[in-house]
Amino acid sequence: MTTSSAPYRSELPVGRDGFAQLLRAEFTKLRTVRAWVIALGAAAVLTVVFAWVGGQQSSGTCTSSPSGTPSCTKVATPPALVGPGGEPVVDTFSFLHRPLTGSGSLTAQVTSLSELTAPGNGPDHPGVVPWSKAGILLEENTTQGSAYAAVMVTPGHGVRLQYNYTHDTGGLPGTVSASSPRWLRLTRAGDLITGYDSLDGAHWAKIGTVPLTGLTDSVQAGLFVTSPADDAGPSRSATEATATFDQVHLAGDFPSTSWNSQVMGADTQTYPTQVIGPNWFRQSGRTFTISGSGDIAPQVAGGALGGSGDTTSLLSSAALGLIPVIVLATLFITSEYRRGLIRTTLTASPRRGRALSAKAIVIGSVTFVGACIATAIAEAVSRHALSANGNYVFPLSTSSEVRVAIGTGLLFAIAAVLVLALATILRRSAGAVVTGIVVFVLPFVISHPLSPAVSDWLFRTTPAAAFAVEGALPRFAQVSDAYTMQNGYYPLGPWLGLAVLGAYAAVAFGGAVWSVRRRDV
Amino acid sequence: MRDALHAEWTKLRTLNSTYWLLLAVAVLTVGVSAAVAATSSYQPNAYQDTPKLSLSGIDLGQAVVAVLAVLVISNEYATGMLCTTFTAMPRRLVVVGAKAATLTGLVLVAGVIAVGGSLIAGRVILPGNGFTVAHGYVLLSLSHGPTLRAAGGSALYLVLVALFSLGVATALREPATSIGVVLGLLYLLPLLARVVSDPAWHRHLEQFAPMTAGLSIQATTNLQSLPVSPWAGLGVLAAWSAGALLIGGVLLNIRDA
Repeated sequence: MTTSSAPYRSELPVGRDGFAQLLRAEFTKLRTVRAWVIALGAAAVLTVVFAWVGGQQSSGTCTSSPSGTPSCTKVATPPALVGPGGEPVVDTFSFLHRPLTGSGSLTAQVTSLSELTAPGNGPDHPGVVPWSKAGILLEENTTQGSAYAAVMVTPGHGVRLQYNYTHDTGGLPGTVSASSPRWLRLTRAGDLITGYDSLDGAHWAKIGTVPLTGLTDSVQAGLFVTSPADDAGPSRSATEATATFDQVHLAGDFPSTSWNSQVMGADTQTYPTQVIGPNWFRQSGRTFTISGSGDIAPQVAGGALGGSGDTTSLLSSAALGLIPVIVLATLFITSEYRRGLIRTTLTASPRRGRALSAKAIVIGSVTFVGACIATAIAEAVSRHALSANGNYVFPLSTSSEVRVAIGTGLLFAIAAVLVLALATILRRSAGAVVTGIVVFVLPFVISHPLSPAVSDWLFRTTPAAAFAVEGALPRFAQVSDAYTMQNGYYPLGPWLGLAVLGAYAAVAFGGAVWSVRRRDV
Repeated sequence: MRDALHAEWTKLRTLNSTYWLLLAVAVLTVGVSAAVAATSSYQPNAYQDTPKLSLSGIDLGQAVVAVLAVLVISNEYATGMLCTTFTAMPRRLVVVGAKAATLTGLVLVAGVIAVGGSLIAGRVILPGNGFTVAHGYVLLSLSHGPTLRAAGGSALYLVLVALFSLGVATALREPATSIGVVLGLLYLLPLLARVVSDPAWHRHLEQFAPMTAGLSIQATTNLQSLPVSPWAGLGVLAAWSAGALLIGGVLLNIRDA
């Protein structure tokens, strides 16, 4: 006679088998390795220190003497001219103006606009600077940086209506010549300024109406010419534009005074391209010929101010912080393979894709949080150090600063997932670490001797494209200037750059899940 | 010592990864050098150092060399093979010496191939991009003294990077950490030098950073403007390698394997 006994069952309550438990397990693995925690903390601290070191630069000019010792003169950057919106601006132009004490309109025909590239790069020669400007301008007063509205002809962008430095609307296309002149008109009614253009002086088209809020009754209105530096060649060179105005006609509350001629910004050093001679203004009857140099536009980094975005040092500090993260993300999986812990992990959680996802989420979140905090501090430290050393630092809105911090956090998180996936596929740490470092750091090291086209290509197509999140300075269509990586402008927008990295990470993670499922551990 | 060399040579020779990595050193170096040569063009105002330009691939090739060198020792730590090795050859420094010697030979061969390929690529490609005799550029040739120094020095540079990596890996044991530290020191110090604008500090960093100092051997013109002269720069890298090997050797001797 046999008695059947019930099989053994443990008295312990059955543990829950949810994704939360998996996350907790992976987080425990990460947090209990002391060296990893120390490495993460050290990476964050070093990031901030690196940013501070990068902020210890002072503006000035350095020359290399024949003996090889560079000698530098420290020059405090002059405070930037600030426009009505608080943004740094350039406001240098030739202005023939008279007061306007109420409503009125000013009409003129522009019959020619030509430029010269001025000395500095050999003899004068005719050039084409797309954003030379000649037209009618109305501004609050003749201090630089004051509110204004202007309608103008340009060689490369047709007729434009611009106001307060950052706003720009297009009118008639085409270039100006004696056989094809442009008629321009600017009218004021209270705070509202309206710009018109016409091909024949009879049929007028409205370009737009712009508000100059809080405009005083008495303003200055007149004709202006200016021409920005030409950066198409190997080096920036100053330019001078000359325009002929005909049939100048005033209507409305213009007191009967004479014209005042004034070179705006002639006495400041903020725009080094001030090149025009003493005879910049000629009048014969109703025809005025005016020459001007400079620009009325927002300032961009690397332009006339020499540019100090804080992005260079931030970028390098991000690259520094990435190396420990790459090593950590690799070890997070390869140490399991090496110690055989992966068998335990996959026994406890046989759905392998889920186990790997938990790992990715844990390493991604930890690096995201760490990088966000470190970047926010590094940003503040770097900007503070830069301005304490007499550099002009471009103002950034709080939202841009937050975007840089969060964007850098995402960059770190996605990079960590990418490297984790790579290490899972390879199961060896050496290959994953070296690939990660080469992909993320080498573009900076090597980009120095590379031509701009190649480095542009690298930062468009490789995972390093995600470094575009560090670029926070705005670009302006009406300023053609050095939007280069050195000055903190990236070939891709911040989120598009992150998307490029995200695509790489998604492919790698897919490959990792596939190989973990298919392979024996 | 002969037995130790023979043992190390057998270990390296019988690993497939050794050949793949050596091949990668040569292919990546020549590939990047050729790509840089193909995308650079003659500019009338700026004289470019064409031998240095055509050896740009070393920037990437050294990363693979570092992997190879790190794995020579850390693979043994990882698999526990090192215990066997030390049981058979209890004089640990002799083992490290034998590893260094074998590594030197292999990297030298790969380096000479990589450098030779890069120079041939530069010689073929550069004249087509305007670097012609008419513009003041001579055809790349080893009969030109400074070019020979740049070429030979670049191969030596790779050897010294390998020895440096071996020293770091001996000290740190873990391959991922070792590669992170080696590449961090190689790549990040030049980046740091770039953001430091204080001229004295900038110069000191460029003099002491292993990569910038070591690669000054590639310069063939305007030597006065270098922060450190070519051979002295390679000497700085050699000091880094010697220091790393020394620390690694001492730690290996006093630690449990």
